[in-house]
Amino acid sequence: MAFSRFAYAPAPESRSAVNIRPSYGLFIAGEWASPLDGGHFKTESPSSQEVLAEVSSAGPEDVDRAVRAARRAYEETWAPMPGKERAKYIFRVARLIQERSRELAVLESLDNGKPIKESRDVDVPLAAAHFFYHAGWADKLAYAGLGPDPRPIGVVGQVIPWNFPLLMAAWKLAPALATGNTCVLKPAETTPLSALVLAEIFEQADLPPGVVNIVTGDGGTGATLVAHPGIDKVAFTGSTEVGKHILGALAGTGKRITLELGGKAANIVFDDAPLSQAVEGIVNGIFFNQGHVCCAGSRLLVQEPVAEGVVEALKRRLATLRLGDPLDKNTDIGAINSPQQLEKIRELAAAGEAEGAERWSPACQIPERGYWFPPTVFTGVAPGQRIAREEIFGPVLSVLTFRTPEEAIEKANNTTYGLSAGVWTDKGSRALQVASRLKAGVVWANTFNRFDPASPFGGYRESGFGREGGRQGLSQYLKGALDG
Amino acid sequence: MAEGRLGVRKTYKLYIGGAFPRSESGRSYEVKGAGGEFLANVALGSRKDLRDAVVAARKAQPAWAKATAYLRGQVLYRAAEMMEGRRGQLALAVAAAEGVGSGDAASGVDTAVDRMVWYAGWSDKLAQVAGGTNPVAGPYFNFSIPEPTGVVGILAPESSSLVGLVSVLAPVIVSGNAAVVVASEARPTPAVELAEVLATSDLPGGVVNILTGRTAELAPVLAAHRDVEALDLAGAPEALEVDLEVAAAGNVKRVLRRRKPEPDWAAQPGPERMLHFLETKTVWHPMGL
Repeated sequence: MAFSRFAYAPAPESRSAVNIRPSYGLFIAGEWASPLDGGHFKTESPSSQEVLAEVSSAGPEDVDRAVRAARRAYEETWAPMPGKERAKYIFRVARLIQERSRELAVLESLDNGKPIKESRDVDVPLAAAHFFYHAGWADKLAYAGLGPDPRPIGVVGQVIPWNFPLLMAAWKLAPALATGNTCVLKPAETTPLSALVLAEIFEQADLPPGVVNIVTGDGGTGATLVAHPGIDKVAFTGSTEVGKHILGALAGTGKRITLELGGKAANIVFDDAPLSQAVEGIVNGIFFNQGHVCCAGSRLLVQEPVAEGVVEALKRRLATLRLGDPLDKNTDIGAINSPQQLEKIRELAAAGEAEGAERWSPACQIPERGYWFPPTVFTGVAPGQRIAREEIFGPVLSVLTFRTPEEAIEKANNTTYGLSAGVWTDKGSRALQVASRLKAGVVWANTFNRFDPASPFGGYRESGFGREGGRQGLSQYLKGALDG
Repeated sequence: MAEGRLGVRKTYKLYIGGAFPRSESGRSYEVKGAGGEFLANVALGSRKDLRDAVVAARKAQPAWAKATAYLRGQVLYRAAEMMEGRRGQLALAVAAAEGVGSGDAASGVDTAVDRMVWYAGWSDKLAQVAGGTNPVAGPYFNFSIPEPTGVVGILAPESSSLVGLVSVLAPVIVSGNAAVVVASEARPTPAVELAEVLATSDLPGGVVNILTGRTAELAPVLAAHRDVEALDLAGAPEALEVDLEVAAAGNVKRVLRRRKPEPDWAAQPGPERMLHFLETKTVWHPMGL
C-alpha cells in the first residue's frame, strides 16, 4: 500500500514528569506507614515487564488501623465539618490533579499499559472532573432531592479494579467525601501507583488525616477490608464473580453495598446508521483501553443488509490501529495489564475458534517484551458460544447479525449482564425506542464509552446495583428518605 | 346470620397468574384465629406453586411495565376502589386473623385503602423524582429514567396481615414490577381476601401472585430463583435472614432487608420502598444538525 511509505516515527511521551519512589508504604491517618502484618510486592509495567516500584501489602492489622483512622476522622473531623469547607478540600484535590495531570497520565500508562493518549485525554481529566463535580455538592446536599435530612453513612470500604486505576479511585472517593463519609480505598494489585500519587495529592491538599486511607495489596486485602466490622458501606467495582462473593460474605451484616460488575454489552448497528461513524464507534467500543472495560461493546449486532460492508470497513480500520509502546502518543492499543489477564483472553479466543467462529486479526507486530494481544474480530458467532456470553475483558469483538429490531433487542438482552449498550441509527425515534427496551444501565446512541460525572453509571441484573455519578450516585453515600 | 341457616364457608386458595388454584401438592394447613379457634384450612403452597407463580409474574411483567404510568396509577386506584367496596369483608378477616376489635380492624382497612391510593398517585411522578436530565460536557442530550427491576419476591410482614401487606406490595407494582408474595404464615386469610379484591380490579393477571404456606419452605426457593430479580425480606424469619441473603447473591438480587425494629406499618411511608425496586437507565442521545 502506498501509505506504508509514511510510517510513523516514534513519538514517546517523556518519563521525566514522573518520579516514582523505589518503595511505597500504606497511607494511613495521613502518614506513610510500613505494614505491620502484611508484606511487600512489586508492581511492574505490563508493556516492558520493568519493575516500577515496591509496594506494601496491607495485612489484617493494617486494614484495622486504616479503618480506625477513618472512623476517628469521620467522628472528629469530616462529618462535623460544614459542607462548604469539605467542598473546598475537594475542589483543591480536583485542581491538584489538573496540575499534576501530565505526571499522572504517564504514570498510569506505565503501570497499567494503556495508551498515553487515553490516560492523558480520558482518565486523568475525567478524574479531575469527578472531584470538581462532587465538590460542589458537598454544601448543597439538602437540595439534591434526596430527602430532607441527608446524612453520611460512616466509614466506606472501597475496592477498585485495574482498568482505570485513577479514574475508579475518583469515582469512589469523590462522592463519598462530598457526602461526609471517610474512606479506606484498596487499589488493584497490579496498578497501585496512581492511587499512591493521589495520596500525595491529599497531603498537598492538607486533607485532614484519616479522611482517606489507602491500603494496597491483593484480593486478600480487599476481602479483609470489606468484611471489617468497622466498615458501614462497601463499594466494589470488579468482576461479577467477586461481587457475588462479597454479597454472600456480607449477608446479615446490614452493610450498605454498591456493586459495579461485569458486562457483555451489545453494540447494535441498524442499516440506516451513519456507517463510517459507526465503525469508529465500534472500534472505540471494544478496543478502547484494550477492551479492559466493563461496559465494552464486546458483542457487535449488525443488521444483515449492511453486515458485510460494516465488517469489511471495520477490518480496514483495524489494520490502521497501532499497537505498541503505551507512552507513544500515536499508540492506539496498549499492553494487556497482566499475564493472568492475557491468559484469560487467549483461552476465550481459543474457545471461540474451537466453537466454530471465524477469527481475524490485522497483521500487527507484537513487541518482544510485555503482554500483548492483537485486536481480534470473530465473525459467524452464535449466541450460545462462550465468546458471545462470557466477559473477555480484552480486545476481542464478537460479531452477530440480525434482521429485525425485535431480533436485535432479544439478542442484546440475551445475557445475564446489563451494564451498557450501543445503538447506531439515523432515526432518533428508533434510537429512543430501542434504548427503552434494552436491559442496560447506560445506553449510548450513535456513540460509545462516553462518561461524565453528572451521568449516572451502573448496571442492571448481574452487572451490579447502585449508580456512580449524578444525583443517583450521590444517594448511594447518604442515609435519607431516597436511599433506595 | 339467620337462625337455622348454615353459613357457606370460603375455600382459601392461592392466587397465581390471575387464577385461584389449590396447591398442586393438594396440601393445606389449619389457620387459627388469635383466640386459638379454627379459622380456615388454607392452601399450603409448594415449591412448585412458587415456581409457577414466578413464571406467571415473568410473563405478565413486560406488558405491565410497558403500560403508561397513567394507566398503572388508574389500575392501582381501581384496586383501592374495590377494597373500599369490601371494607366490611376485609375488616372481618383482619379482626379474625389479628384478634383486634372491629373498630381497630376497620381503621386498619381504611389505612390499607388509603395506602393503595397514595401509591397509585406515585406512578406518574416517580420518573420526575428519581430521574432527570444530566448536564454532560458534550453534545448529548443525556437523561436518566427509572425502570422497574422486574420480578420481585416479597415476604409479607408476619403480624400486620393487611396494612403490612399492602404497604410492601403497592410500592413494588406501581412502577411496573410484578410480584410474587409469600403471605403471612400465621395470618394468611386477609391476603387471600386481598387477592380476591385484586382479581376483580383491572390489575392484569400475574402482576400480583400471592402464595400461602410455610415461609421457611417457600422463602429459600424464592431467594434462590434465577428469574427473580429482587427480594423484599420484610417478613423474613430472623433465623433465615442470612441464608436468604446468601441465596439471593446467586444472581445479584436487589435485597431490601428487614427493618429492625419492625416498622409501624400504619405510619405514613416515604418513597424508599419504591426506589429500592427500580433501576436507573441513562441514555446518551446525540445532538446535532
